[in-house]
Amino acid sequence: MDVTFRIRRQNPEAPGKEKPYWQEFALPDVDPTDRVLEMLHRIKWEQDGTLSLRRSCAHGVCGSDAMRINGVNRLACKILIRDLGEKIQVEPILGLPVIKDLIVDMEPFFDHYKRVMPYFVNDDSLPEDGRERLQTQGDRQQFDDTTKCILCACCTTACPSFWANGQYVGPAAIVGAHRFIFDTRDRAGQERLDILSEPNGVWRCRTIFNCTPACPRDIEVTKAIGEVKLAIRKGTNVGIIETDAIH
Amino acid sequence: MQIHKHDVIIIGAGGAGLMAALYASKGGADVAVVSKLYPTRSHTGTAQGGIGAALGNLDEDKPIYHTYDTVKGGDYLTDQHAAKILAENAVEAVIELEHMGLPFDRTSEKRISQRRFGGHTRNFGEELVRRACHAADRTGHMILQTLYQQCIKNEVNFFDEFQVVDMIVVDGAVAGVVAIELGTGEFHIFHGKASFFASGGWGRCWSVTSNAHSLTGDGAAIALRRGLPLQDMEFFQFHPTGIYRMGILITEGVRGEGGVLINSVGERFMERYAPSAKDLASRDVVSRAIYLETRAGRSIKNRGYMHLDVRPQTVNRYFAEEGRDQKDFIDDETIERKLPDILDFCRTYLGVDPVKEPMPVQPTAHYAMGGIPTNIDAEVVIDAAGTVMPGAYAAGETACVSVHGANRLGTNSLVDLVVFGRRGGMKAAEFARGSDWAPLPSDAGAEIEAEFERIRNGSGKSRPGELRQLMQATMMDNVGVFRTEATLLQGIDDLAELRERFYKDLHIDDKSRIFNTDLMEAWELGCLLDLADVTARTAIERKESRGAHSREDFKKRDDENWLAHSLIYQKGEWSDPAYDAHFDKQVDLSLWAEEIEAGVPEEQQKFRPVERVY
Repeated sequence: MDVTFRIRRQNPEAPGKEKPYWQEFALPDVDPTDRVLEMLHRIKWEQDGTLSLRRSCAHGVCGSDAMRINGVNRLACKILIRDLGEKIQVEPILGLPVIKDLIVDMEPFFDHYKRVMPYFVNDDSLPEDGRERLQTQGDRQQFDDTTKCILCACCTTACPSFWANGQYVGPAAIVGAHRFIFDTRDRAGQERLDILSEPNGVWRCRTIFNCTPACPRDIEVTKAIGEVKLAIRKGTNVGIIETDAIH
Repeated sequence: MQIHKHDVIIIGAGGAGLMAALYASKGGADVAVVSKLYPTRSHTGTAQGGIGAALGNLDEDKPIYHTYDTVKGGDYLTDQHAAKILAENAVEAVIELEHMGLPFDRTSEKRISQRRFGGHTRNFGEELVRRACHAADRTGHMILQTLYQQCIKNEVNFFDEFQVVDMIVVDGAVAGVVAIELGTGEFHIFHGKASFFASGGWGRCWSVTSNAHSLTGDGAAIALRRGLPLQDMEFFQFHPTGIYRMGILITEGVRGEGGVLINSVGERFMERYAPSAKDLASRDVVSRAIYLETRAGRSIKNRGYMHLDVRPQTVNRYFAEEGRDQKDFIDDETIERKLPDILDFCRTYLGVDPVKEPMPVQPTAHYAMGGIPTNIDAEVVIDAAGTVMPGAYAAGETACVSVHGANRLGTNSLVDLVVFGRRGGMKAAEFARGSDWAPLPSDAGAEIEAEFERIRNGSGKSRPGELRQLMQATMMDNVGVFRTEATLLQGIDDLAELRERFYKDLHIDDKSRIFNTDLMEAWELGCLLDLADVTARTAIERKESRGAHSREDFKKRDDENWLAHSLIYQKGEWSDPAYDAHFDKQVDLSLWAEEIEAGVPEEQQKFRPVERVY
C-alpha cells in the first residue's frame, strides 16, 4: 500500500525551520504489518537524513520512541501501519520542550520521576542466613503491574493536567512510586505518600483517564493513581489492594 | 573542549555499567556514567527469561554444576577458572539484587522462583535444572530498573545522551575518553584514572537480529582502532527463536516452560538432534538444527522458519509422554502469567496468539561471545600473556573474559554483567585510589573531531543507510550460522568495498550540530564495518567448527590445533587497516588440571574437553 506521512518538524539551526512546520513524505510499497518506526527509518535512510528521532530496541521495551501518532501517544515501534491507515500524522509528544523534530527534552520528565524516591528503601538487617528476603507471590503481585513501566512518558504527556501545569509530577512518576509503596519489603512508603500529597503530587490528577489507554505496556495507570490516593486518604499502604483478587 | 574529571569513567549505562558504577561508588570513587542512551533505554532491559544462579530454591543445585554447564555450553573454549568465578559469584550477586529490591517472582516458600533454561543441568548433565531466577519474562528490565534506581539513590553522576567516540591512550595507559554531547554536538573530554567500557554488543552487523538499533559496538571498535586486540570475534551467537523476519527475541524461557519446536511435518525435530535436552539444548545446536531442517525442506511453508508451540495441549502432551508430574502441567493462565511480554509481542507484531497458535520463529543474530579481552576483574588485557593495560576496564557483552567460550548459555549474559560489572567496579575504585592522573595530551580529541568533520562534509553518493543494509546482508549470507572458506572470502571482499565507499564516497544530509542522528548513525556504521571485518577475518582463519562457529568445510572441533582463543589487532589507517590475527592465547583448563592432579580417572573427569552431547 501507499502511505503518506505528515510529520511535525522543527530545527533550531536551520534557517526558516526554527518554527514548527509540517512536512509530507510519500512512501510506496508499505506492508500493512510494518511498524511506524520502520517507515520513519525509510524516510530518514532513503529520503531525508535530517529527520530526527530517538529509538533503540524497536520492540516496545526501551521506551525511546514515544510520539503522538494520529493524535494518540504511541511508541513508533509498537504500532503497525494496518492500525493507522494510509494517512499517518506524527508529532512530538506534548508538554515537553521540543529540541528538534520528534525529539523532546526529557529532563523535566526524569526530574519528576526522581522526586518520588523511585528506589527500594529498607535498612532493616538482612536475613541472617545470607539469603533473599521472603515475600509471598501474592504480595509480589500487588505491585506487578507498575513494575512494567519503561519511562517512555506516553502517559504523562497525554495528561491534560500535566499540559496545564508542568510542575505536576505526572502519571509516570506516580506509577514509579506505586511500585515501591505497595512492595511489602520496602520501608519508605509513608515518605513517598507524603511527597505525593503535596500540591503538585497526586491531587493534580482529575481522573481524566488519558494515561491508561496511552500506556504501551498496558499498565492500569489511572487505577494505580487511585490506589495511591486511597493510601494517602487512609494514611496507610496496607489493605489498599485486595490481595484475594490476585493470583 | 570542555574537560570533565572523574576517578572512574563508565561508558554505557546497561547492566554492566550501572553495576560497575554502583560498586565503584561504594568503593569511594568519584564516578561518571557516560551513555549515548538514557540508562533505562539500554539493551539489558530487553533480556527476558532469567538470570542463572545455583540457589537451589526448587531443585538441588550447586555452583559447580553451573560451572560445568557454562564450560560445556562454550564448547570448551570457556576459561574454566572464570566460569567458576561466574557461577560462584552469581549466587551472591542475585541475592544482592533481591536486597536492592528486584521484584523476582516467588516460590510457594516465598523464595526467588527459578525456571529451566537451555543447557542448565544438575549433576553434570544428568537432567535439566530450575536455575534461571526470573521476574515474569522481563528479568532484564527489572535488573536495569533496579540498578538505575539504586544509582539515583546513591547520587551517581550521569551524562545521559553523551556518546563516547574515542579513547585517549597515553604511554600505553588509558587517560580517559572523548564524547559528543548529542544535544549540542559539542565534544567533551572525560579525564579519568580508570575508563570502563560497558558499551554492549554489535548485533546490528546482521540483518536479522534481536539487537537494538543502538547496538553498534562502539566501545569495541574504539578499542580496536586504538591498538587493543579483540578476542574470539569469530564467535557470534544466533538465538534460535527470533520472530520470523523481525528477529525480535522469543525467550528460551518459552521452551523452559515446556514449549517445543515443530517443523513442517509436525515433528518435534529436536528429539533427533539432542535426544536428552531436546528443545533446551544449547543455542548453537538448536539454531543449526533449524537451518538443517530448512535445507531438508521441512521449514514451515518452505520459508525458513519453524513453529514454536507453547499451547497447553501441546506442552501437556509432551509432559505426559515424558512422565512429568501432573502438577507441572500448564494452562492458559500459566502462560499469561509467566510470559506476558511474549504474548504481547506476538499479538502486536504478528496477530498471533501463542495460547491458541504456534509462533513462527527463525534464528536471529543475538550475542557477541567475543570482545575486549579482560581478566576476571574486568581489567583489559592486551596480549596472550594477559598483560594488563593500566586504566582500562571492560565488562558485559563488549568484554570477553572469557566465560562464554564459543557459545553462551541462556541467562549467562545477565550473570556476566552483574558478576563482572561488580568485580570490575570494585577493582577500578581500588585502582583509582592508588594511582595518579595521567596527563592529557595537548591534542586530545583532535583526531576524532576531524573524523567527524570528514563524515559531516562528505560529498559522495553513498548514503549510510544503503551501506549498512549491504553490510548486514553480506554478513547474514556469508558470516552467519554456517560458514565456508568461499562465503567468508565473499564477505571480506564485500566489506572491503563497503569500507572503500564509507571512506571515499560518503554523504549525509544533516549538517547541523544539535541532535545530529544522521551523523552519529554514519559514525556507528564505521564501527560496525570494523567489527564485521574482524569477525569474518578470524572466522576464515579458524579452520574447525566449535560452538557458534560452524565451518562446513571443517566440520569437526579440532582441539589439537584450535583449542585456543583468537586475538586480532588492527593497524594502519582507519580507512585502510591491516589486520593481524593470532590463535595463541591459551584456554584456561585449570579445573580439568585439578581433576588430573587429584587422580580422577579420565572417564570420570568433568572438565576434560569431550564431544558435546545434549
